[in-house]
Amino acid sequence: MRLSIEHRTSYRFTAPQARIVQLLRMTPRNSHDQTVAEWHIAVDCDARLREHRDGFGNRTTMLYAEGPLDGIEIAVSGEVVTSTSRGVLHGTFEPLPPALYLRATPTTVADAAIEDFARAAVGDAAPIGALHALNRALHERFAVAVERPDPSLAAADAFARATATPRDLAQLFVAAARALAVPARYVTGYCDLQDGRSATPHGWAEAWVDDLGWVGFDPTLGESPEEHHVRVAVALDATGSSPVAGSRLGEGRECLEVEVQVSAQE
Amino acid sequence: MGIAAFDEIMGAADRDGARPELADLCRWLDETPSDELRRRQRSAEVTFRQLGITFAVYGESEASERIIPFDIVPRVFLADEWARLSEGLVQRVEAINAFLVDIYGERRILKEGVLPADLILGNPQFRPEIAGIRPPHDVWAHICGIDLVRTGPDQFYVLEDNARTPSGVSYMLENREAMVRLCPELFAKFRVAAVDSYPDMLLETMKSVAPRGSGQHPNCVLLTPGHYNSAYYEHSFLADSMGIELVEAADLVVDDDLVYMRTIAGRVKVDVIYRRVDDDFLDPLVFRPESLLGVPGLIAAYAAGNVAIINAPGNGIADDKAIYSYMPEIVRFYSGGEAKLPIVETWRCREPAALRYVLDHLDELVVKLVDGSGGYGMLVGPTASTAEIERFRAALVAEPHRYIAQPTLALSTVPTLVEQGVAPRHVDFRPFVLSGARGVQVVPGGLTRVALREGSLVVNSSQGGGTKDSFVLMPGAPAMSQTMGTQASVGMTQTLGGMSQTLGGA
Repeated sequence: MRLSIEHRTSYRFTAPQARIVQLLRMTPRNSHDQTVAEWHIAVDCDARLREHRDGFGNRTTMLYAEGPLDGIEIAVSGEVVTSTSRGVLHGTFEPLPPALYLRATPTTVADAAIEDFARAAVGDAAPIGALHALNRALHERFAVAVERPDPSLAAADAFARATATPRDLAQLFVAAARALAVPARYVTGYCDLQDGRSATPHGWAEAWVDDLGWVGFDPTLGESPEEHHVRVAVALDATGSSPVAGSRLGEGRECLEVEVQVSAQE
Repeated sequence: MGIAAFDEIMGAADRDGARPELADLCRWLDETPSDELRRRQRSAEVTFRQLGITFAVYGESEASERIIPFDIVPRVFLADEWARLSEGLVQRVEAINAFLVDIYGERRILKEGVLPADLILGNPQFRPEIAGIRPPHDVWAHICGIDLVRTGPDQFYVLEDNARTPSGVSYMLENREAMVRLCPELFAKFRVAAVDSYPDMLLETMKSVAPRGSGQHPNCVLLTPGHYNSAYYEHSFLADSMGIELVEAADLVVDDDLVYMRTIAGRVKVDVIYRRVDDDFLDPLVFRPESLLGVPGLIAAYAAGNVAIINAPGNGIADDKAIYSYMPEIVRFYSGGEAKLPIVETWRCREPAALRYVLDHLDELVVKLVDGSGGYGMLVGPTASTAEIERFRAALVAEPHRYIAQPTLALSTVPTLVEQGVAPRHVDFRPFVLSGARGVQVVPGGLTRVALREGSLVVNSSQGGGTKDSFVLMPGAPAMSQTMGTQASVGMTQTLGGMSQTLGGA
């Protein structure tokens, strides 16, 4: 499947900024089931961009822009050709051992409620079956919320709500899997199965299964990702893999607008 | 404590008279009236107060800024003792560096099963964000302060490896300066190795690890969290002594993966940063996003090989309490030989046999929380109440993996001026070890901390600890005079709170 992606991120500031430094996680890597045919990052001001690779193996871009700036817009566009291995990843760049992904972060701590939920969901199923059961259980428990996710909402607080954003569902999966002693991580990327335009990139999870390797789980869909997903960045949680980590020098507030459009051609 | 301790000047407890090599020092102590010693000690303390080398005691009001008590009786290392100790320190610091290269690179030590993988991978001090980055010249632990205790002439034990941002070196320098001024006769009796070249050695170390391409005169700076930090005096003192800029995060900018310092004349490129801020506050884009103290983009500049950061980010994994008990294995793995400097015997309660032993000997042991600090969550068996011991027994059974246990050691003493005159008091020692592109060197001196209360093993400045000058004798005949370097800047405060620890055989 050929997926074409438009991802526009726009910051407007209420007061001009003297400088902006951002770390972008916006460039997908090639893997066995994902070939990046075309990819561009365009910035609407005079900015210097530098390519990097982070500790998790993600491709990152440092963006440096001098002000005064009233805003900045980052437009990502590209085309990725995907195939399917039924959620099992092959040929991904993995600089860190799976066991690293057992550690919790402040937003992915599993409290007793999450742990109980996870145990009840998996019963005594075998590892891969257990993870599919957990994925379906999360999908069934929550109505999917379409609003922009709250970047500070922790898994335990998200669990108490009736609706959950894809980000929260993925973080819940990650927290629950780790509570079952399964290495798990958060994935940021794109998916064309959400309705047309969306106000944020997609988020899902991956878990390590000993005989299979890393396997994707998308609790928003209740299924494993197949050829509808484009992986961009992984980390311990949503914050660690978010498309932009930024800092600005200047007064005032910022207004963020994000628009993502993913369309598929067979 | 009723333990027969080795006295570093008087020798073994069961012997009469001083150690022969230090008979002169003993005579000096006998011949100098206590009042005179006390006068000199007060004079030193007045100077320290004027310099502002004070510390704030936690839980007390701001008015209670105190100086750390200074003791006028020096502690002395003989030349051959020092030579052997130095060999052990060099071996240990080389191993720490090799460990850091490996653990953030290939992780051979995990692949070969020398360390349990979860000990590293699950440890918050292992920073995945910087895995794969190679610092300039592959040096990670540029400045180490290795905390030691001693039980005999050549019996040293490592208590803790401080490989992040060890403090206390300003005490080494200021104590010596006071001793040269107040007790010049001692420097005529003994050939004491000079420590006043420390700032030069440190600057050389910094320059040696500058990224290739920094040119003949790399630009070095010292990054401080600011004047509210308890060790700010030391930061400004060291920057001043080295003749480099003292900067705060807001003075630095990163552009195009290069670090610059803002100056009145515009931006100046920075090649080497001696940072005295914690990893968490280095770069908000990579570590704590809410940190206002950091320099956005600093880790990118570092990853691109455009700046050296001293000490390297991520070093916390090397001096973590959970790693400590594995240091003999780590030294053996990287050096190919046995560790010359032992650690204090340590039972890892995560291992069932060790746990059984610990539970059977709680009244003799010191039990520590692996992830605790500052004396919290610690049991000192010999002085603990039955209730305390039982509380720890329950905690150990519930979560054994969180605890280690160690024996109580007969820590060495050094004669110390106390109210009743001169009497033995327990000491510890922090030598400073510098690693640059051209190798590892041990500064001939260090920070001696002394527990001023009789029998006490606690040298924390907040709990009645003081400091002493630490003489390292040069080989060959005695006598020589010594000159000191320039004076320090004045008017700041500093604490040893950040390096607090307890000597309870641990």
